[in-house]
Amino acid sequence: MSDHEYTPKSKAGKWFNDRLPLLTLGAHLTDYPTPKNLNYWWTFGGILTFCLLTQIITGIVLAMHYVAHADLAFASVEHIMRDVNYGWLIRYIHSNGASMFFLAVYIHIFRSLFYGSYKSPREVIWIIGLLIYLLMMAAAFMGYVLPWGQMSFWGATVITNLFSAIPLVGESITTWLWGAYSVDNPTLNRFFSLHYLIPFLILGLVVLHIWALHVPGNNNPVGIDIKKPSKDTVPFHPYITIKDAFALLMFMIIFAGFVFFSPNVLGHSDNYIPANPLVTPAHIVPEWYLLPFYAILRSVPDKLGGVILMFGAIFILFVLPWLDTSKVRSAVFRPIYRQFYWIFVLDVLMLGYMGAMPAEGIYLVLARVGTIYYFAHFIIVMPVVGLLEKTDPIPMSISEPVLTGGADPALARKDNEKI
Amino acid sequence: MRRFKSLLFVTSLFLALSANLYSAGGEAEPIKVDWSFKGLTGKFDRASLQRGFQVYKEVCSSCHSMQYLSYRNLGEPGGPEFSEQEVKAIAASVEITDGPDDQGEMFTRPGRPADKFKNPYPNVKASIAANGGAYPPDMSVLVKARPGGSNYIYSVLVGYEEPPEGVTLDDGVYYNKYMIGNKIKMSSPLSDDIVEYSDGTQASVDQMAKDVTTFLSWAAEPELEERHRTGVKVIIYLILLTTLVYLSMKKIWSRVDTEV
Repeated sequence: MSDHEYTPKSKAGKWFNDRLPLLTLGAHLTDYPTPKNLNYWWTFGGILTFCLLTQIITGIVLAMHYVAHADLAFASVEHIMRDVNYGWLIRYIHSNGASMFFLAVYIHIFRSLFYGSYKSPREVIWIIGLLIYLLMMAAAFMGYVLPWGQMSFWGATVITNLFSAIPLVGESITTWLWGAYSVDNPTLNRFFSLHYLIPFLILGLVVLHIWALHVPGNNNPVGIDIKKPSKDTVPFHPYITIKDAFALLMFMIIFAGFVFFSPNVLGHSDNYIPANPLVTPAHIVPEWYLLPFYAILRSVPDKLGGVILMFGAIFILFVLPWLDTSKVRSAVFRPIYRQFYWIFVLDVLMLGYMGAMPAEGIYLVLARVGTIYYFAHFIIVMPVVGLLEKTDPIPMSISEPVLTGGADPALARKDNEKI
Repeated sequence: MRRFKSLLFVTSLFLALSANLYSAGGEAEPIKVDWSFKGLTGKFDRASLQRGFQVYKEVCSSCHSMQYLSYRNLGEPGGPEFSEQEVKAIAASVEITDGPDDQGEMFTRPGRPADKFKNPYPNVKASIAANGGAYPPDMSVLVKARPGGSNYIYSVLVGYEEPPEGVTLDDGVYYNKYMIGNKIKMSSPLSDDIVEYSDGTQASVDQMAKDVTTFLSWAAEPELEERHRTGVKVIIYLILLTTLVYLSMKKIWSRVDTEV
């Protein structure tokens, strides 16, 4: 793991490190050679770690006051908001924190898509990241159910009902998930249990995600392999730590803006109405971060087909490293792919908007077009453009970014093989 | 720095989109009122809160519960801030059922500041039965539970009209310009001088609607003033810290030839 042997200076340190090499790990994390040209899109890994820890810490405190019971949950949330010291602050950090977490994770994922960070040799980092993202969606969905408001209840009803589309065993699976014959108290109880569990699973996967990252090292905006350590790298501390801190603080300003001045703008007002199984809300909409997938789900007339496509939209990302046929990582040197990339970004934003609109008329048509394009991007654009595209010249190293004459990507690679 | 600006751009785009994501149906847009409690340093108008409580107590509370509020909240900072004596008097004016006592009997006693607001009906079913089949919603978080918030509540209170041509209403259903679906089972609750304000303010429908909406806005967000105050401090602190970290970052990165 480390590029050099680390020996603690003190005798006690050496004694301990021989038994558990935590100090070696610390030294590795401090010295970890990082490409010096990382831009601010690379700061979201640190921001996401902050988000996860914030959710865990505020969540543990909330769980001390929350009551997971269908008759008491809504009242216990109001108790937190009114009677618990700074309960309103802790809850608003937690509820807006979920949105901030997803904002950051989407930027993180789209950064990876632009700079080809999912490509060899970083496929495992990418796949672990997607597992984290899946667990995040599960945790966020179940967390949104806990206040037991109208949108909690009906959102849970819609999503759990998706499993009933599975042929033969669907109904039994749904009943098993509910622990009852509809979304009810047993459902709330198990969602609370799982909502508490999942963040720690995510934490474990984050450790693996970072471990897998530290094997090949960071990708970078130029997307070439670099010699480590070299003129092209800086030690993680203090260079990257200070830069991450700066970006995190900027992020926290926006976060604080939501928490203190607009704490409910990202939620739905219906969730301040206690859950009522007898009254269905006019529009059932999930939280904003799930809207693109909701649009895909509703764009298919057949329930099972919709469910398959919705999950397919996520699972197709797992094989992305093998769908992308380009030898060049960074879209900076891929003039054709770059344009498709931005069309794809717009497509996902459009799908998100359609997910918030009623599934009828022009909204439904656009959602269908968006869905087809979403899959076409991965199944057609990625493999075909990768094969046909004439890429721009690639620099040999970060320090010499300009290289005249068409460079062979394999040339830039060769450097790496010597290490 | 250019990259940094594009980051800001994406974020603001996200904010703009998220604000417009959810919209209502075919009703008139709620009237925009210039509430004193909006904005970064918004505070409640204390006198308006006290008048609004009077409207709630004398008009709304005969049907609408506020089960998450306690009488003590009326004296807490950031709210109507009634004096301790006033809060005790308000609480004592209601009969609370308590018990069971040592004999196992329920008994009634005058309310105390620690008691929750008394519910006008023994349960939700009773409230529905007494109101022609419509549940008068609990008002504790009503302002947060409606898309237009304070503007919407105020608009509904002043939005009663004769139904337009072609709209027929069943018995006990009223036409309201702003109500979601335009039909409401509550008759216009306010009429001029239905309450007598002790501070001499003219109790017009508009004035009462504003006062009671202010009161309900506080009831839904009793932390609002503290939240705004803390928020300003937090953001100033974060900006200062960000500046310091930015300068440190510039200094540290000046050792290498890369722009940061």
